[in-house]
Amino acid sequence: MNAIELVEKTQVTTRPDMKSGDTIRVHVKVREGDKERIQIFEGIVIGMHRGGARASFTVRKVSFGQGVERIFPLHSPTIAKVDVVRSARVRRAKLYFLRGLKGKAARMKETKRVVQ
Amino acid sequence: MVTGLIGKKVGMTQLFTADGTVVPATVLKAGPCVVVQAKTVQTDGYEAVQLGFVDSQPTKENKPSQGHFKKAGVPATRIRREVKLKAGGDPAKPGDQVNVSIFADGDRVDVIGTSRGRGFQGVVKRHHFAGGAMSHGSMFHRAPGSIGASSYPSRVVKGMRMGGHMGSAQVTVRNLKVVRVDEGNNLLLVEGAVPGGPNAVVVIRKAIAAKPVRVAQAEPVKKKGKK
Repeated sequence: MNAIELVEKTQVTTRPDMKSGDTIRVHVKVREGDKERIQIFEGIVIGMHRGGARASFTVRKVSFGQGVERIFPLHSPTIAKVDVVRSARVRRAKLYFLRGLKGKAARMKETKRVVQ
Repeated sequence: MVTGLIGKKVGMTQLFTADGTVVPATVLKAGPCVVVQAKTVQTDGYEAVQLGFVDSQPTKENKPSQGHFKKAGVPATRIRREVKLKAGGDPAKPGDQVNVSIFADGDRVDVIGTSRGRGFQGVVKRHHFAGGAMSHGSMFHRAPGSIGASSYPSRVVKGMRMGGHMGSAQVTVRNLKVVRVDEGNNLLLVEGAVPGGPNAVVVIRKAIAAKPVRVAQAEPVKKKGKK
């Protein structure tokens, strides 16, 4: 194990095995003044960016007809938990083509996948 | 007391704080080091120590430096650097071990290293000249422009910024914050970047011009009544 892995090991949290095409619910901790609440961001994972504790993922949703994307650090302490709602069969690692599609064209075929 | 340490840059990573803020950090393999020579006012005119970086790479020393190590009574080390001593501290003697425990979390340090070599570069990259427009009929792109007047002084003044070799020079980055000290693995994490690429040799010393740590001050009590 090299020194960088050694340092990052303490940062890594356990997250569900998610991949591009999954529909997920990200529970984000939001601070308002001195109160903390959970906000849920639900959308399709359009890309995973690997790299130890620096890993991140991009979630896209269409909110009131407006496409919204959020990039989350995978191991950020602001993410309380991540639920995988459904999985879809996709043939690409990065689903950036979804940005140009809307409505029926942006659907994807669901696959049965056991998520641990 | 020794105020510095020799280290090697391992690479960069990021750390999360409790509120989710990401802190960019450089991982340095700092020490362990051994004092090879103690310089004193009597013999050298100033107080300092020569440190050797203890690593597994074998070293091939010539006769004079073999004698230098023999005098100190320590095994030969490949990388040696000089660091200053803290005034008024107990004097160091050859053979003393120095490790990363001389630093603590939150300390400010200076990191001295050699920057990455960039070869021959033009003035736009080397001296941040603005350059000209690339299009719209412009015939002036990345050239330096005028470098002086003609008949007077009939020469280019010294220090004129021009293209040339860039990088591979000593660079000091001051007042970096220590974010973590891992004594067991001889690792030091500092916030931000340090000069050089992976495996670059750096000297880490206590910041010589550390800014005072800002403490949040209480709001001044407002006086009631007229002025």
